[in-house]
Amino acid sequence: MTEPTTPEQSSTPETGATQPAIQTATKKPKRAPRPGFVLDVDRNTPPIVFHHGEGFRLEKLPPERSRVLYPAEPLPGLVDPDGAIRAALENPLGDQKPLRDLLFADMKLTIAFDDISLPLPPMRKPDIRQRIIEAVLDLAAEAGVDDVHIIAALALHRRMTEDELRHAVGDRVYDAFAPHGALYNHDAEDPEGMTLVGETRHGEEVVISTRAVESDLVIYVNINLVSMDGGWKSTATGLAGYQGLRHHHNVETMRKSKSFMDRHASELHSSNWRMGDVLKNSGMNIFQIETTVNNNTFGHDGPLSMLQKREWEWNSRDRATFLAMQAGLKRMPARARRRSFQSWLAPYEMTSVQAGEVDAVHELTTANVFKQQLVPVEGQTDVLTMGLPYICPYNVNSIMNPILVMCLGLGYFFNMYRGKPLVREGGVLIMSHPTAREFHPVHHPSYIDFFEQVLADTTDPIEIQTKYEKQYAEDEWYRHLYRTSHAYHGVHPFYMWYWGAHALEHLGQVIVVGGDTKAVRRLGFRPASTLQDALEMASDVVGPQPTITHLHNPPILMADVT
Amino acid sequence: MIVENLRGKRVAITGTTGFLGTALVERLLRTVPDLHLVLLVRPGRRGAEQRVRREILKNDAFNRLREQHGDDFDTAVGGRITAIAGDVGVDGLGLDDDGRREIASCDIVIHSAATVSFDSPIDLAVEVNLLGPVRIAATLHELGVSPHLVAVSTCYVAGSRRGEAPEVAVDASPFFVDVDWRTEVDSARRCRIDTEASSREPDRLREFRQRAVAELGAAGTPALAAKTEQLRTRWVVDQMGEAGRARASSLGFPDAYAYTKSLGEKALQETKGDLRVSVVRPSIIESAMAEPVPGWIRGFRMAEPVIISYGRGLLKQFPGVPEGTVDVIPVDMVVAAIIAVAARGHEPDDDDTDIVQVASGSVNPLKYGMLVDLAQDWFTEHPLYDEKDQPIAVSAWSFPGRGRVQRQLKQAQYTIEVAEKVLHRLPLRGRQAEFGASLEERRELAERAMGYVELYGAYAECEAEYSLTRLLTLWDSLDDADRAEFCFDPRVIEWPHYVTQVHLPSVVKAGRVKTAPSKTKTQTRSERLRGQVLDPQRQLAVFDLENTLIASNVVTSHAWLASRNLTGADRLRFVVKSLAEGPNLLALDRRDRSDFLRYYYRRFENAPVHQIEADAAELFSDLILTKSFPAAIRRVRAHRAAGHRTLLITGALDFVVNPLKPLFDDIISAELGTQDGDGRLVYNGKMTDVPPTGEARHRSITDYARLHDLNLREAVAYADSASDLPMLEAVGFPVAVNPETKLASIARKRGWLIENFDKAPGGPRKLLPLAPRRNP
Repeated sequence: MTEPTTPEQSSTPETGATQPAIQTATKKPKRAPRPGFVLDVDRNTPPIVFHHGEGFRLEKLPPERSRVLYPAEPLPGLVDPDGAIRAALENPLGDQKPLRDLLFADMKLTIAFDDISLPLPPMRKPDIRQRIIEAVLDLAAEAGVDDVHIIAALALHRRMTEDELRHAVGDRVYDAFAPHGALYNHDAEDPEGMTLVGETRHGEEVVISTRAVESDLVIYVNINLVSMDGGWKSTATGLAGYQGLRHHHNVETMRKSKSFMDRHASELHSSNWRMGDVLKNSGMNIFQIETTVNNNTFGHDGPLSMLQKREWEWNSRDRATFLAMQAGLKRMPARARRRSFQSWLAPYEMTSVQAGEVDAVHELTTANVFKQQLVPVEGQTDVLTMGLPYICPYNVNSIMNPILVMCLGLGYFFNMYRGKPLVREGGVLIMSHPTAREFHPVHHPSYIDFFEQVLADTTDPIEIQTKYEKQYAEDEWYRHLYRTSHAYHGVHPFYMWYWGAHALEHLGQVIVVGGDTKAVRRLGFRPASTLQDALEMASDVVGPQPTITHLHNPPILMADVT
Repeated sequence: MIVENLRGKRVAITGTTGFLGTALVERLLRTVPDLHLVLLVRPGRRGAEQRVRREILKNDAFNRLREQHGDDFDTAVGGRITAIAGDVGVDGLGLDDDGRREIASCDIVIHSAATVSFDSPIDLAVEVNLLGPVRIAATLHELGVSPHLVAVSTCYVAGSRRGEAPEVAVDASPFFVDVDWRTEVDSARRCRIDTEASSREPDRLREFRQRAVAELGAAGTPALAAKTEQLRTRWVVDQMGEAGRARASSLGFPDAYAYTKSLGEKALQETKGDLRVSVVRPSIIESAMAEPVPGWIRGFRMAEPVIISYGRGLLKQFPGVPEGTVDVIPVDMVVAAIIAVAARGHEPDDDDTDIVQVASGSVNPLKYGMLVDLAQDWFTEHPLYDEKDQPIAVSAWSFPGRGRVQRQLKQAQYTIEVAEKVLHRLPLRGRQAEFGASLEERRELAERAMGYVELYGAYAECEAEYSLTRLLTLWDSLDDADRAEFCFDPRVIEWPHYVTQVHLPSVVKAGRVKTAPSKTKTQTRSERLRGQVLDPQRQLAVFDLENTLIASNVVTSHAWLASRNLTGADRLRFVVKSLAEGPNLLALDRRDRSDFLRYYYRRFENAPVHQIEADAAELFSDLILTKSFPAAIRRVRAHRAAGHRTLLITGALDFVVNPLKPLFDDIISAELGTQDGDGRLVYNGKMTDVPPTGEARHRSITDYARLHDLNLREAVAYADSASDLPMLEAVGFPVAVNPETKLASIARKRGWLIENFDKAPGGPRKLLPLAPRRNP
């Protein structure tokens, strides 16, 4: 193995740029983290690791015409996250007062926080949400605020369990608020609990949590894992329900969001921002807190650390661990394998915290996200390959069903670009995932029916939307399960499909390597047993000797395609 | 000559709804003008006239006449028939005055009524076959008339024997064992009384009951009682059939049919007085050679089931010697012979008997080996198809002795029975249980094959030669016109042509078997049934809970709720205790569901109401939904979408099933009483509402349907166990869901829709139904 030519290390050890007013120290790493990197595959390039659900594949990519996009190495975390949080609360960005000045004794205060879908995988304790909420509550206590509600802003996601809430906010907050009903999951189907705030100039109804609308102050606590998160999407989506969401969670909007990871090119975000204007103009006072984490997903050491390294830099220990892990996984029953992967908690570190007015906060946050994730890439590719991991935003402590596989590949990973898609129009997407026909009966009941009824009929997003969406969205039984059990809303699988609508329109073909044949076909994709087969099949669409780009993700990276 | 002799006559005929009778009526009406027929028909529910119109004139034998007469058929043909109600099985023939008048006015009476089934109960065979002719003679005496009586008998009255069997009276044969027919009548009637009595002996009733339980399980007392009685009646019939076979073979007859016919001839001879009696004895009557159309056949007769079973590959061996003769005679020849005898009139021989045999063996024998070869070739060329559209290959017969075939079949039967018993004892469900049901089907096939061998084996082995002297004399006396019109010369039959071109195609057609692979992939049976249950016309869908909607039961829900508040060692103790008492609980549940629920729910005594309610919400997600069958829930919703009312009937407690409310219009469940326990509301462990189980479910959904003005014929019911039979039987569209072995076989037999619903693939599986530990 030869030492490849790596671009120059970025000269300054970049830190999360926090609010200008505060100087927050970050940990001094032994070695400055290297930025993201595009590797041109040659004959000496070792096999590349592809995520493959609860497992991995090692794939040799064709030399001379393949390249691999590697994420940047994890940026150093803040040395004193709690101090940084306190400082951010005291020194808000944009047109917003320090939090202390917004709190008063008889006020109604609502703290909303991101749900179980962030970050991915869940982070080790203490969770960022716990740190922030505790800091906010300290200030509220000082000001003598009694009426505090803490809401998991889950929109149409499933209700979080007690254990999950405890993990997010910490036992102290949970025990102080939950028993009195002051810490709870958002319920978008509670007829009393939702209020129509107004309509945007595009006629979009803004309907969010009544408690939030009636509060003197809403504090929204974000973990901005990717550039899609945060901004006005926090409140306008997180605390909303079907009536509001349908205006931007639809095929037309998603097809106009190129990509939804790039707010300024995203119709999804434009709609949310319009809704934000309505909220702002209604007199609601929103104090936005956004945070970023580094991409230390698998740890610098430990059993998964090699996933964060570039294959040619693996030492013998990495190789041995990987081989042992592969052998062990092969022998493990599927359920045990899933359990062990789902129990992984990422050692994410907070790299920045921003607080204050929504827009100002979000600008800076996004810049900080990009600092970690953006990798410049020149030119598009004929074939895009990606290995899909075991987790996506909607199967934490659950099962990645085929619809989620579609959403993760064609929704999230495909959209991890700025500028233009990594793959050219009419190109082929090859993704690797077992795509088992498996569903969580409690979390994804409407997914099961979506798979058995809707996808059996059609995979065309527009047809699905017009023919089936309303029926699922307004279904009594799904509504009941969403409200009383831990089920995603009846309409949620539709959103998963819409998330991939832009990719479906853009791509010439989608091939799934190593997936359950029947399930893959049901999704409208083509199954292939090996990457070689998939590449052969792809050449039918894009011609012989196509260029190939592999998205080495996660840890998360976003391609800046020029 | 024949036509001339019969012109303008009135002819009474019995047995016209049968194979031979129908052909006879058709032939007479078509060939003899100005003839009037008086048909003696058992009135049944519809009355004699209706039966004649529906069961005789509608038969395809009359197609020629219909074409001939067009719209005038009813007057032209129907007008020549008088139907009178009567029954040769009762004294006086059950005639009213009109009937007697009609009979009295007839010139000729042709008696062709018989119970031809080889295994009919001995008393039935005696009443019809033996006493039938006697009663006709008696009635004619009583009326003071003496028409020419043509009685149809059978060649086999000669008994099982080798060598020549001449056209003489049965008792004129040196091989005839002389018995008094009156004694035989009395003992056959007594046999019925004795068998009925014997079937009611306590031990026997207990055995029937046990068999009913083995078949249905805990289906409730009324269902078991009905089944027990059904088994008893069937036993009586079997015993009576067996008695007939035994008596027949003790006297040297192949079966009760030949035995009773033989004594019938003797009795008629004795009681005929001054009546002019001619007897026509056909051998085995098979499909028509030419009249009314080649291959015409009515009903599924003696050889047909054997042939079809062979074609379907079920019967791999059949006893018989290849050199043996199968004495077959086409129905149109028998008809022609009867008409010729009737036209000729009574011509007694020296013994004052007038007997004509119609057979083929002595002049133009069809050898058994030839028949088998022809059948094998024909089925090889025109195979039947199995349900997977594969042609079925027929096996070559090796002509084993009857004993060997029987031994082989017995062995197969025994093996399947043992396998079945083992399967029935295993707690199988769904697809595995259906395997048990398919075994049962195989056993029944083996039993049926066994039956054929027992019944027909004797015929295939029969080596008697029936002489046709009088038949051929009659033939010789005919002029050319009669010969052309009424052919009964068995020498003209070309067997290869008859077997392959006429008989086999006709049998296969009549057998309604698959003779070609299905061309288009039409809906499968299940798809069709599924379409039916979801048809908007249906009004109600009733669901059982356990193993129908969820893979869980009252014990698991209790275990979950109870363990919710246990920690550490208590939890372990609870698990051990629960596992230990499991078998006893299961046994109690099997014995009586209501008792089990009463006993079991006492465990909820002193459980605080509000805590159970809070925990029940968690129970719903952690246990009920986790173990639910998504396809079953989808089905409930499909019923609602189709506008049907949905009802859940369960023995589970209300707080367990309440979260399922949005799926159902109504839920019938168990409810516990409450009491005050140290200042807080607790359950008292006694049911205030006992949920309907077993037969009570029948009552309960009947009441429900009446209350909501619903038609149960338009209702669908889903259940998993034979104990739900009363409910399933109450509705028009029963569905067996993941059926256990007993229900699986019942559902298969009755053609019910069987659904296999499963838990969500890949979903969480709990080893024990325990609640997650509470956070401290």
